[in-house]
Amino acid sequence: MKAFKGRVVVPGRIAAEALVSHQGLNTLASFQKALQFGDKKATCGDQNNPDLYGKQMAGKALCLPQTIGSTTGGLVLYCACSMGRQPACMLFSNPIDSLAAAGAVLADVWLDNVRMPVVDSLGQEFLDYVEDGMNIIIQEDGVVLVGDKF
Amino acid sequence: MKLTEEQKSILEGSKGETLAKVMESLVRYGELFGADEMVPVSSKYNHLVTSFGLKALGPVYELMDKLIEAGAPSGQKFTVDPKPLDKNVPSNFAQDVVFKLFMYSRQRDYEEQLRQLGLLSDSSFTCTCYMDEVGNKPGYGDVLSWAESSAIVYANSVLGARCNRNSGIIDLMGSVIGYVPRFGLLTDEGRKADWIVEIWTEKKPEAQLLGSAIGMKVMEDVPYVRGLDKWIGNELDDEACTYLKDFGAATASNGAVGLYHVEGLTPEAVRYGEDLIKPDAKVYVIDDAELERVYREYPVIWKNKDASPKLCFMGCPHMSLQQLKDWTDKVEAGLAKSGEKKVVVPTVFTAAPGVLEEFAKTPYAERLKATGVITSYICPLMYMNNPLSEKMPVITSSNKLRTYTSARYYTDDEILDQITKGGK
Repeated sequence: MKAFKGRVVVPGRIAAEALVSHQGLNTLASFQKALQFGDKKATCGDQNNPDLYGKQMAGKALCLPQTIGSTTGGLVLYCACSMGRQPACMLFSNPIDSLAAAGAVLADVWLDNVRMPVVDSLGQEFLDYVEDGMNIIIQEDGVVLVGDKF
Repeated sequence: MKLTEEQKSILEGSKGETLAKVMESLVRYGELFGADEMVPVSSKYNHLVTSFGLKALGPVYELMDKLIEAGAPSGQKFTVDPKPLDKNVPSNFAQDVVFKLFMYSRQRDYEEQLRQLGLLSDSSFTCTCYMDEVGNKPGYGDVLSWAESSAIVYANSVLGARCNRNSGIIDLMGSVIGYVPRFGLLTDEGRKADWIVEIWTEKKPEAQLLGSAIGMKVMEDVPYVRGLDKWIGNELDDEACTYLKDFGAATASNGAVGLYHVEGLTPEAVRYGEDLIKPDAKVYVIDDAELERVYREYPVIWKNKDASPKLCFMGCPHMSLQQLKDWTDKVEAGLAKSGEKKVVVPTVFTAAPGVLEEFAKTPYAERLKATGVITSYICPLMYMNNPLSEKMPVITSSNKLRTYTSARYYTDDEILDQITKGGK
C-alpha cells in the first residue's frame, strides 16, 4: 500500500473504496437530485463531471482536488450527511476550500452519530495515483493508505 | 485563534447550547484557514444564498428552527437570493407538478423562517442585492458575512468590502453571532494578486466570456487585470459596474474567484496599484484567439445538439435597470431587422423586484412587453434544476447558468440573433 500524509480536517478511521474526481466537485450539481428524489446511493447528477456522473457517491472514499460551484455547497454537504447519503470520507489533494470546510464542520458540530472523516492537502501525487475502486484506509493522524482495487 | 472574553464565554455556553455551537462552527471553520481572531461584522445588512424551500434541504430548515427557538435572530436584517418560482415564467403541467410537489414544497414555510430571522422585506429576493434599487450596498472596508458567489465577488472587487466565499448557513451564523473569522479575503495579504491577467484583445471582450476564461485559469486565486480599462473606462459608472457584475459572476462560477482587481478602475487597484501584485505572480495573456478557444471548448450537453431553443434566460446574475433598457433597444432593433413582430424564442429577462418596479415606471417596460419578452424576479438556476427543465434546450448568455445547468451559452449578439431571427 502507498501512504500519503495530509492534514486532518475531521478525524476518524475508516476503510472504503475510492471514487475519484480529477476536477473540482460541484457539490450542488452532484448531490441535488439524489437528495431530492430519495436516492440512497447518492448517484452523482453532475453532467459536467465525466469522472463522477452516474456513479454512487454514498459510502465511497471520495478523492478530489476541491469543491467548486454554488455557495450552497456547504449546506448541501451538511444535508447529505444528515440524510445518511454522504461519502464515507472526503480526501482533498489541495487545501480544503471554504465551501467544503463549512459542510464538514457543520456536520461534525451539529449532527450526532454522523462521522465523515475529512483529510486535505494530500498533494497532486495522491490524485494522480488513486483510481476508482482502490482500497483506501484513513488513519487518525491524517495518513491515507491506498491499496489495490477491491 | 485568539478569542475575546465575550467570544470565549459564548463558546462555553453563556448564551445557551445553540449559540455555543454557532460559535464553535465559526471558530473551527476559521481555524482551518489560519484565522487569527473573530472580527465584528460591520455592514448594515447581510445577504444569504438560500432562498428556496427545497424539499431536499430539510436538515437545513431544522437547523434554522433551532436558531429561531434559541431566540437567535440575525443581528442584521438581510436580503436573500431570488425566489425559485414565478408563474410568469413558461412551464408545462409536468414541470409545475415537479416544482410544487417534489422540489419547492417547503417554500412557504421557509420564507416564514426567513421573516422570523430578519428578512429585510418581501421584495428582498435577488442575487444583485447591491443595486441602488435594492439598497444592500456595503461600503469600502466593510466586513461582511455574505454568501452568494456573484454578490461576494462584486462586493469585494467593485465596492472594496471584505468577505470570504462563505457557504450558506455560515452566512447566517456570522450575522447571528456578530463576528466572522478573519482570514483570506478579510486580510490585506489575502487580497493581493496571485495572477497578472493581460488583456490583449482587439475588441471589447464579452464580459461573461472573459470572466469564464479567467475563472477557469486562476480558480480561487486573486487576479490583477491589466488592459480592461481600455474597453470599459476608468470610472465605475453604470455601464462599467454592469460589465463587472457579469464578468465577476463568471469568474466566481467558472472558477472560485472571490476578488479581482482591474487596473485603473476598481477601488483597491486605483488606491494601491501594482503594490497589490505578489512578487511571484503568474501571468495569463488573453487575446481574441484565447477567448475563442475557451468558447469553443464549452461542452454542449443537450441530447440533440441541433435542437431549436425552447426558452432563453437572460439575467443570471439579475439584470440592472440600464441592462433592461439597453436590451429593450436591442430586441426592438433585432425584430425590425428580421421583420418579426415578437421574439421567436420564449425569452425571460430576470431582475430584482426593486429593479423591475423602477423599470415598470419607464416607457421601456411597455416597449419590451410588446416584443414578447417576459420579465421576472425568478432565479433561472432554480428553474433549471427541475429535471424536466434540464431536458429542455435552453439558451443563455450567462456563463454561470451554463456552468451549473444544461443551458447552452451564446454571446450577447448570438442570443439577440436567436431570439429575434431564430434559425433564419
